Amino acid sequence: MSVAGINVLVEETRALQAPLLDVRGVSAYYGSIQALKGVDLHVNEGEIVALIGANGAGKSTLMMTIFGQPQARTGSITYAGRDITRMATHEIARLNIAQSPEGRRIFSRMSVRENLQMGAAVHGGRHFAEDLERMCTLFPRLKERLDQRGGTMSGGEQQMLAIARALMSRPRLLMLDEPSLGLAPLIVKQIFSAVRDLNQREGLTVFIVEQNAYHALKLAHRGYVMVTGAVTMSGTGRELLDDPQVKAAYLEGGQH
Amino acid sequence: MEFFAQQFINGLTLGSIYGLIAIGYTMVFGIIGMVNFAHGDVFMVSAFIALIAFLILTTWLGLSSVALVFLIVLVVAMVLTALWGWAIERVAYRPLRGSFRLAPLISAIGVSIFLSNFVQVVQGARNKPVPPLVRDVVVLYQNEQYTVTLSYKQAIIMVTTAVLLAGFWYLVQKTPFGRAQRAVEQDRRMAALLGINVDRTISLTFVLGAALAAVAGTLYLLYYGVVSFSDGFVPGVKAFTAAVLGGIGSLPGAVIGGIIIGLIETFWSAYFSIEYKDVAAFLILIVVLIFKPSGILGRPEVEKV
Repeated sequence: MSVAGINVLVEETRALQAPLLDVRGVSAYYGSIQALKGVDLHVNEGEIVALIGANGAGKSTLMMTIFGQPQARTGSITYAGRDITRMATHEIARLNIAQSPEGRRIFSRMSVRENLQMGAAVHGGRHFAEDLERMCTLFPRLKERLDQRGGTMSGGEQQMLAIARALMSRPRLLMLDEPSLGLAPLIVKQIFSAVRDLNQREGLTVFIVEQNAYHALKLAHRGYVMVTGAVTMSGTGRELLDDPQVKAAYLEGGQH
Repeated sequence: MEFFAQQFINGLTLGSIYGLIAIGYTMVFGIIGMVNFAHGDVFMVSAFIALIAFLILTTWLGLSSVALVFLIVLVVAMVLTALWGWAIERVAYRPLRGSFRLAPLISAIGVSIFLSNFVQVVQGARNKPVPPLVRDVVVLYQNEQYTVTLSYKQAIIMVTTAVLLAGFWYLVQKTPFGRAQRAVEQDRRMAALLGINVDRTISLTFVLGAALAAVAGTLYLLYYGVVSFSDGFVPGVKAFTAAVLGGIGSLPGAVIGGIIIGLIETFWSAYFSIEYKDVAAFLILIVVLIFKPSGILGRPEVEKV
């Protein structure tokens, strides 16, 4: 075997062992305010990883920092063996990472179909018809509303659309920011079971940020707890659910 | 009635030109929230490009087919003006993105002054005439006192405007570029999260706006037969007025606003006094802004979150 061949093999083995997403010592600022203070976490291929924490802990900032908005000031972010710390947002999006961001950010003056077409923009809509079909099976509510304007839909429908839009790019890693925010419990259940399905049947890797810690930790294989810009605790979903500190801080008030 | 019909045709012609320029204002405002004050001068530059192309084709190369000359002039003006539009955004606006809101506005005024002075220095301060390209008229209606005519020029202007607007409408509504353009307009950051190159999309918006201004510039030259370095200002301001009147940010609004301004101006000149035609146009603007600040097709700023 040639040297080049061995190098390729070494690279591949390393890629197999390395986590799909690796965040190391990342700090980020909004102006002069430090929002992330040396965050370390990783997501392995095929996992569901939850990041929980209170409002303002920096969870959404981390999600956006992974996409280079704002860029990390120190530390590194590696995705699938590539350093993406200094990459432009749209270039990161073309690496098969998709995000359903905080606040859903549906294009409100575009139809549901157009929103989904935007999700498929990274590969020029080549598998559009097929993927549209898949999304309509996953979220039947969207099928009835394809020609409706995004802005006129209910919060739950918009959340489904935001997730479907992210999935249209056929991501390897799906990042969900607060998918349960403001939604009725039944809808939350539907959305979480759809995510679990995608993970189990298609091996989709999911990184989910939630305030709804109970649901998120039940769904996830592993979890991290974030407090004021730093990760303070990590473990399997079960471990964190049983942890007295987590219980006291995030699960108080019952299993909502 | 005949007089009215004639003035209506004249107003529609003028309004088409305003509408084409207004699209450039409205698109740029829609996507980066900035009034591109240099747009009127881009229009003026395009008329000069058309003029030069026309003279090269007719006097140097001796082309005599009117349709061919017109088409080549139109395409050359569109391409070269688009290049200007691209360069202006790149040099004068992009470096200021993310700085305070007034910075690009001031830069735009600077570009506007630069362009008119540049043309004045390079082309001279006098009016530049072109020999009339088409002279024929079609008589639409005739009685003892009055004749209603549609000149070929007017027909060309309306048809060209209609065809290009249809093409442009298709581009914005149905193509991936158009979708990306609208997405960036609505939520720039989300568009980037979906893999859209925001800077490139903004560049292309300037290119498109400039190309449409070039169509207007070519038609303006065809219609009036003269152009001078200062011709960017008044049509530019009127087209901007048209964009505001139609609802800034709205593409159909820009065209409708343009036609309304063209009609008002023409009717006012015909029935009242030609000296006050600009006053009339701006008076209407003031009235509209008082009673419907978002313009005719503008959307109110409230949106469901």
